This record gives sequence, C-alpha cells and structure tokens, in this order.
Amino acid sequence: MSTEQISDDAPLRTRRDDKSGDLAFVGRSVTINRPRAELFAYWRDFQNLPMFMENVEKMEFTGSDRAVWTIKAPVGTKVEIETEITEVVEDSSISWRSTEGSQIKTEGRVSFTDAPGDRGTIVSADIGYTPPAGDLGRAVAKLFMAEPNIQARHELKRFKMLMETGEITTPINHR
Amino acid sequence: MRALTWHGNGDVRVDTVPDPEIINPRDAVIRVTSTAICGSDLHLYDGVIPGMKQGDILGHQFMGVVEDVGAKSTLKVGQRVVVPFTISCGRCFFCEQQQFSACDNGNPVENQDASEKLYGHAMGGAFGYSHLTGGYPGGQAEYVRVPYSDVGPIVVPDGLDDEQVLFLSDILPTGWMAAENADITPGDTVAVWGCGPVGLFCVQSAVLMGAAQVIAIDHHPHRLELAARFGAKTINFDETHVGEALMEMTGGIGPDAVIDAVGMEAHGWAPDNVLDVVKQKIGMGADRGHALRQALLAVRKGGRVSIPGVYGGMLDKWPLGAMMEKGLELRSGQTHVQRYTQDLLRRIEEGEIDTTFLISHRLSLEEAPTGYKNFRDKQNEWTKVVLRPN
Ligand SMILES: NC(=O)c1ccc[n+]([C@@H]2O[C@H](COP(=O)([O-])OP(=O)(O)OC[C@H]3O[C@@H](n4cnc5c(N)ncnc54)[C@H](O)[C@@H]3O)[C@@H](O)[C@H]2O)c1
Ligand SMILES: [Zn+2]
Ligand SMILES: [Zn+2]
Repeated sequence: MSTEQISDDAPLRTRRDDKSGDLAFVGRSVTINRPRAELFAYWRDFQNLPMFMENVEKMEFTGSDRAVWTIKAPVGTKVEIETEITEVVEDSSISWRSTEGSQIKTEGRVSFTDAPGDRGTIVSADIGYTPPAGDLGRAVAKLFMAEPNIQARHELKRFKMLMETGEITTPINHR
Repeated sequence: MRALTWHGNGDVRVDTVPDPEIINPRDAVIRVTSTAICGSDLHLYDGVIPGMKQGDILGHQFMGVVEDVGAKSTLKVGQRVVVPFTISCGRCFFCEQQQFSACDNGNPVENQDASEKLYGHAMGGAFGYSHLTGGYPGGQAEYVRVPYSDVGPIVVPDGLDDEQVLFLSDILPTGWMAAENADITPGDTVAVWGCGPVGLFCVQSAVLMGAAQVIAIDHHPHRLELAARFGAKTINFDETHVGEALMEMTGGIGPDAVIDAVGMEAHGWAPDNVLDVVKQKIGMGADRGHALRQALLAVRKGGRVSIPGVYGGMLDKWPLGAMMEKGLELRSGQTHVQRYTQDLLRRIEEGEIDTTFLISHRLSLEEAPTGYKNFRDKQNEWTKVVLRPN
C-alpha cells in the first residue's frame, strides 16, 4: 500500500486522490467493544469470515495462506478471486493480495488497534481495487467491485455485531 | 396472525400475515395483549417519515406474554413483559453509556445506509418505525419477534394491569427524559408545547421534578384540561398569543426551560407553519417547526430547550440567532427507554405516577384503522388509543 508523502494524517481511503499505483483504495473503520486479541484471532481463522461476509459463497484453501473465494455478484453471477496472505502481524494486522492470474486484481489490509478511552478495538479495512476500465475485466469489476466501499462497510459492521452481541440483527421474521 | 399494516398515506389495514419465528439466539416471541397508537405512528400515517414500505407492520408500544424464546434469551415462556420501542443490544459503547436509542447494533446493517447519509450516522433500531430504523415488524399485531430480549423487556410484577405499565414502552420514559433534559431545578417555570400523550407525561414529570410552575400549550380544550389535572397552567394557542402570554406569566423573564412535545407536524395558521406544510406536502423532506421556533423565542436567556418531538429531515428558518445570542442549551433524542424503565416502574407501583388517565379509547386490533383516523382527526376527545389484539 501507499507510502507516498502526503500532507495530512488522513487515511489514503479518504483522500481525494485515493490511488496507489493502479489501485484505488476504499475502506472503513469500526470501533468494537471487545479486546484486540480476541478480534484478531477470530478474523485470523479465515473459516469464520463467511459468517459476516454475506456475499462470500465459498472459500477453499489452495495453500496454507492461499485461498480461492467464490463471491456472489448481482444478477446471479459469481466471481472467483485467489488471494494470498502477504503479511500477518500478530494481534495487529493481516494483509493480502490477489495472486497472479486471478480474475480480479485486489489487495488489502485489515488492522486492529486499541481504541482510546477503553472503547475496545478499532478495526480498519483498506481495500485496493482496479477502478472499472474499458477492458475485459470491466463487466466483472463492475458487478463485483462496483461499490467495494459499501461492501467493506457492511462487512465490518456485521463483524462488529457478531463480536459485540453474538448475533447479526435482522428484521426478517421467518427463515 | 392479524396485524396492522401500512399501505400508504392515510391507509392502514388489518391484514393476515405469517406468524413470527425465533431467528436469533437472543430473540423472544411475544403474544401481544395490549398495544397503543403513538403520535409517532401518525407521522407514518401522514407519510412524513421516509423509508416506509407497503405491508410494514406498525406499532412500537406493546406488551404481552412470552410465547417462545431463543437459546440466549433470559425470558421465560409465560412471563408478562413490556417491551421498549428501542431495539438495543446492551453491549456496544452506546448501550454501556445508557444511550440505548443510539445503539450501534439495533439497526440491521443494510438499513443503516440511509440514515448514515441523511444524518451523518446510522440510527439505532426501533419496532415498526420505517426502514430507517431497521424495518422491524411492529407490535400492533397478535405476535411480535423481540430481538435482544435479554436486554429490553421489563417483566411486569403481579398485580399491575396492562394499562398501568404499557406506556413504559415509550411515552412515559419519553416524557420523563424530556423533563430530565430540561434540567429542572425547584422554582423553575417549564413550558410544554403539545398536550398529547408525550406532552402530558412531560407535564407530570416536570411537576415531580420540582418545577414551581408548568405551563401547557395546545389548542384542544380537553387535552389542556388533562394537563391542568396535574397542576399545569394552560395556554390555548387558538385564543392567545403564546409568546406574550409566556412573558406575562413569568414576570417578563420567560420560561426557564421549554419542551417541544409537538414534533414535525405542528398545527396552526402562522405564516411559517403554512409554508412548512406546503414544503412537507411536496416532499422536500421538510419538517414543520412552528412550535419549536416559538419555544426558542419564548425561553429565557440562558434557558434550556428540550425536544422530545420527532423531526426527520430539514427545517428552514431555524432561529439560530436566538440560540446563540441568548446562550441556550438544547437537548433532544429518541428516548433511551431502557435507562428509565426500572425507576419508572417503581414510581408506578408506588402510585406516584398516573399512567391511565389519558386513555380515552380501547379497541380491538380489527378496529385499529378507525383508531388511527380518530387519533389524528379528533384529537380533542381521542387522547390515547389502546388496542387489544388477543
Ligand atoms: N423522542 C421520542 O423518543 C418520542 C417518543 C414518542 C413520541 N415522540 C414524539 O412526540 C410528539 C408528540 O407525540 P404524541 O403522542 O403526544 O402526539 P399527538 O399527536 O397526540 O400530540 C401532539 C399535540 O401537539 C399539539 N400541537 C400541535 N401543534 C401545536 C402547536 N403549534 N403548539 C402547541 N401544541 C401543538 C396537538 O394539538 C396535539 O395535542 C410526536 O412528534 C412524536 O413523534 C417522540
Ligand atoms: Zn412512540
Ligand atoms: Zn447497543
């Protein structure tokens, strides 16, 4: 991710120019009223991720730190992304990127820091994606990545609900 | 089951819909024995709150008997409970601060987007109150699913009737919190706009908190009469210049605190209100702030402004100058119901608070549409409607 010199402290994802290389960055922070180590451990066990990533249909490990994600996209389509973990800092961050030849190019990081004032843990996601352009990947990118920002926001909020309350609230009255 | 559903402006119907089921571990399902129509429901009925969908089940003041529980509910089947209208998780930062209506986890994730745009932050969850606050089916029904049932519901002690405790769900804590937000100290004069159920509980609470003088403002003689029962002086705004009267009734000082228990559908033919009515009708997301404007001008220098009345969008001609130049303090909010229920339950048990005086009509669930119509159109006589679904 970007290490370019910038003139304020705001995260890249909030900047008017949110590009780093050929990726644009989006993301979100939530503060979760739980200890950092607990949240990190839950996330690090990737089998847990579909619990709050509702559009992840399936995740299969293709190596110890490689996985293929099958993601539901609108109008009944699916996309597959293969990712590899690039860095894990215990109790603090997990970074990943898509492997060479994956359908979609993406990279990202989720980081866990202690919130000030005993409010628990700040969990931030930074997700880089290729903004849709006029090539083959365009349709796919549009379907899957049209609003990665909304997706990140929803996933982090669901993660927060699950960690704080043990469930994800819903207005649905029937299964 | 049968349930009161929303179909458009002025169009509510009793429909047959599927019974609710336990979905999450902390859920309970309640068989509703009593449920009331709120002034807030009228804002939905009149279509001035966004985010409604056809078929939405209304109702956020309800109580009943526990019918079914999820694995993590602390309730027991057969218990009688009153349910707060606010859906609060009890675990997040806001719940820990007792700011229950601001709960981060009460509003389903997808439904948080709209209010995040509209208000800068996602709203909490509430029963039967538009998709902005979650799209949860409400309690004007035979059954209702109650999320986080280990946090909200109040188990009713034996010997108390439904009608004595039903309003713990909403309007009693709302009146109480509004009075608390007015920071009343003995000797104060408190003026309350609106003698609907909320305003009437504001009056009662302000008296209990030691106000020397409470002045109630409305234009329905019977509603004013109910306020007078608790010792309030009254002003009928159809007959009297409210601002002048408040100055003269406070020795030229103005009320120390003012409470707006009217909200976004103020009545009256004052020019600012007529303009607001037009904007609201043409769907500009506008609020009608006539009562609030009047309150801001009437309150004394350095006074307090408490706003339990609901506003949903934008308000023009906000007298910001009055706020700044007079150094006013302002507090508002959806009620943090769970913060007040135990204390208020005790006050009801000890006979300190009268919770039944305002009920004018008791109807079956099937008669709910009539209840809506009359609670809106015959406000003088229809002061509070309680429905009995089972
Ligand atoms: N903050 C909360 O959590 C909360 C909870 C419940 C209700 N509310 C809100 O409180 C408000 C009142 O609820 P209610 O059930 O008492 O409603 P209601 O409609 O029965 O009462 C409103 C009263 O205000 C009077 N009024 C209208 N215009 C006025 C004016 N210009 N000056 C003085 N009085 C005027 C009406 O005549 C009526 O008697 C509503 O906006 C409702 O949405 C807020
Ligand atoms: Zn209400
Ligand atoms: Zn909460």
